[in-house]
Amino acid sequence: MFIEQLQHHDSVMHNISRRGFLKTLGIAGSGLVLGVTLPSFSPAYAAESGNGEMNLFVSIDESGEVNIICHRSEMGQGIRTSLPQVLADELQADWERVNVVQGLANASYGSQNTDGSRSVRHFYQTMREMGASARTMLEQAAAEKWGVPVEEVKAIDHKVVHQSGKSLGFGELAAAASKLTPPDVASLVFKNKQDFKYIGKGLTIVDMHDIQTGKTQFGQDVHMEGMLYASIVRAPVVGANVLSFDKDAALKTPGVADVVAMPERSFPVGFNSLPGVAVLASNTWSAQQAAKKLSIEWTQHENQSHDSGAFLATLQERVKSKGKVQRSVGDAYAELDKAENTVQASYSVPYLAHATMEPPAATAVFKDGQMEIWACTQTPQSTQNTVAQVLGLEPSQVKVNVTLLGGGFGRKSKPDFSVEAAILAKHSGKPVKVVWSRENDIQHGYYHAISAQHYQAGLNDKGQVSSWIQRSAFPSIGWTFSGNTNEPQSWELSLGFGDVPFQLPHLSCESHEATAHARIGWIRSVCNIQHAFALGSFVDEVAVAADKSTPQMWLELIGEDANIDPGQQGFEFSNYGETLERFPLDTKRLKHCLNEVIAKSGADKPTAANEAWGVSVHRSFVSYVAVAAKVKVDNNKVTVLEMHSAIDAGTVVNPDRVKSQQEGSMIFGLSIALLGEISFKEGKVQQSNYHDYQVLRMNQCPEIYTHIIDSDAVPGGVGEPGTPPVAAAVANAIYHASGKRIRDLPVKNHMQV
Amino acid sequence: MISFELNGDKVTYEGDPNMPLLWYVRDELNLTGSKFGCGVGMCGACTMHLNGQPVRSCSTPMAAANGARVTTIEGLNSEAAVAIQQAWQKLDVVQCGYCQSGQVMSATALLENNKQPNDQDIDMAMQGNICRCATYHRIRAAIHEASDTLAKEVS
Ligand code: FES
Ligand code: FES
Repeated sequence: MFIEQLQHHDSVMHNISRRGFLKTLGIAGSGLVLGVTLPSFSPAYAAESGNGEMNLFVSIDESGEVNIICHRSEMGQGIRTSLPQVLADELQADWERVNVVQGLANASYGSQNTDGSRSVRHFYQTMREMGASARTMLEQAAAEKWGVPVEEVKAIDHKVVHQSGKSLGFGELAAAASKLTPPDVASLVFKNKQDFKYIGKGLTIVDMHDIQTGKTQFGQDVHMEGMLYASIVRAPVVGANVLSFDKDAALKTPGVADVVAMPERSFPVGFNSLPGVAVLASNTWSAQQAAKKLSIEWTQHENQSHDSGAFLATLQERVKSKGKVQRSVGDAYAELDKAENTVQASYSVPYLAHATMEPPAATAVFKDGQMEIWACTQTPQSTQNTVAQVLGLEPSQVKVNVTLLGGGFGRKSKPDFSVEAAILAKHSGKPVKVVWSRENDIQHGYYHAISAQHYQAGLNDKGQVSSWIQRSAFPSIGWTFSGNTNEPQSWELSLGFGDVPFQLPHLSCESHEATAHARIGWIRSVCNIQHAFALGSFVDEVAVAADKSTPQMWLELIGEDANIDPGQQGFEFSNYGETLERFPLDTKRLKHCLNEVIAKSGADKPTAANEAWGVSVHRSFVSYVAVAAKVKVDNNKVTVLEMHSAIDAGTVVNPDRVKSQQEGSMIFGLSIALLGEISFKEGKVQQSNYHDYQVLRMNQCPEIYTHIIDSDAVPGGVGEPGTPPVAAAVANAIYHASGKRIRDLPVKNHMQV
Repeated sequence: MISFELNGDKVTYEGDPNMPLLWYVRDELNLTGSKFGCGVGMCGACTMHLNGQPVRSCSTPMAAANGARVTTIEGLNSEAAVAIQQAWQKLDVVQCGYCQSGQVMSATALLENNKQPNDQDIDMAMQGNICRCATYHRIRAAIHEASDTLAKEVS
């Protein structure tokens, strides 16, 4: 989870070539195996620890095959390629002889949660250390074999070469190296940047061929002998339970084996399964058909009065008045009264669903007191722990296998679907695959929270901002886990709100209460979505009022080159779990991205009459992204023509994957801006499939250009930071092209898209 | 009884004729390359070729397959398909990969019907295939690339 704090320890390398448990990973042998201990994590919600145990591995067997255990989930970000390529580079290995093995859920890996854009950020250095350690040991083994000083040998291209020209392959050295003590990490010599062979290169992702030929296994694809397929009808209102249902009608459907009431639930909802009724059948189709015949009656719950339109109106009213102060400097209110000119505006973003291309799916088998699960999960350990807890098992009785993920975006870090499979497998004694339909996915998600923002600025006679007030209100993710949290938490406000990168003498950042009426979760870039939309739009509005260009306004508001510490102005800033020393909020990098995107896109150049550019910039997941979007507006119809981004994500391991993540996250942002909306009436989600919860299609996809800023800084997040600035850039472009200001997303509610 | 040719092999089926082809192929034959994305013909993840034309197998009842020639991603091997797969590889199109067998099926069908599609033809043929990871503009470029390869092979 992105809320966890990383405690910085030094990693320690262990030679574990002879440890028995490696057999379970399928990598035991007589070769060299190095493991490393990573610092422990203290996650807020999922009890996962990796205290003092092994969590990453590299092995080299006697045939010279290198196995790298990847303990993060692959969901399109290329992590099964990026992490190993760092290690292989330091090892001087031949990429063709490197295999990537998916790690099982195992507390000894440390956190395996794959979200918060931090896989590369957290493991880059560790991967380099492991590669360099193994390389050093192979060199030492060769030197000992030849009886020469180690200075005379050098690893290169999967072998160790002596200056005389003789050489030994990694495979030939593996056994000897496995008897050595790993070098002290502090003594390791790393490759220079100019010698990198794989780091910084766009290697093809390791799963490419299988994906193209339909051979890969996703969560939906798991198949086992004698397996039953489950379709579940879940409570349409969060808080309701099953009152009654027609078991017989469903049971009579051909192919149906059983009809099972899922356990009742109360609050907090957490990662638990939802109440409802499951149909188990010999194929998906029979299960889905029978599920339509259940005629379920539900108990009443007060959430059935939830109407998202009315709810938003309440939030919008609330943010017009002063809220709970989260960060403040000077006296923004007194200064506002004195201002020559004032600007104010309110913004809103609706509930959003992930709609991953692959709906959630999990398969479980319960045999001899052991539960085994195959799932497309971003969080194997929290799956293991939640399943154990719900079924009254020990975590050691639950084994979780991670399949490939057909998209994650945060949805698949909630293990509710694996809990369902486990309950049904235990009940039936057979393997059970729970297949979520698209309707299930759209209507029973963990939604991005609906939100309202209000901004006010005071300007002096020179058009300079003298006072700035901003407010935010939305139901908190904290509610999902506590059942009673009713206001935004500081870590949520740390996502683009309390960390507003402005150096102003008078500033007030405030939050307001909001009650949750649905399962609230995190979706690609989380609260940065609403905060970056509101901030980026308001800066544009202030620029218009001050008769300045939008980039000019940004540069004035951001001010001098500096590292900003919002903590000094009273804000509890979580900074994505990182320290400000290691990952400062650096205004220089922010401004550089903005300048760069304008230079590269030509956003400052004139356009045709009904076309215009819009820009925005945002720091999230300790990376910096500026976006320039060009749109055309014809008779109230919006066409997005081009989108450019400049991203500073520190050191980049695989530029092509950064580029593809940037393309993906920007289109994800464009889907949100133009189309994304989940609404509730009588407590129920109104949308059900891709026809009414639309996502961008090829014919709506603009030209995209990504400009990666060259940097030696510690790697930042990639995968999420491209999303936040898009909506504001597009809405600003629409305004400049047509005079129409979109303050309530999505655009489709106001214009044709 | 329903019988048809699947990837060159003859198959017979005696169950519910309303069952969609997708579920028969995935659940009963355990060929899982064709994906389930929406079940209502809105996403293209389940695309197969029925007598050479792309169809959404989630919305194609078994009855409609009777006597037909059906190809899934596992059985795709035409010249156009190879060109498409090579172009996909060259341009690193794939992200999570879930939509990609459907994309490859639709793109192959496009090139088999139209050797030199322009951007508009591509948008038209491909807009039924959603990619939530948004690999769209790489798909567009890869189709052009494959079409160029095919043109070269002919000349
Ligand atoms: S699953 Fe068939 S079109 Fe979506
Ligand atoms: S590659 Fe992930 S949905 Fe297309």
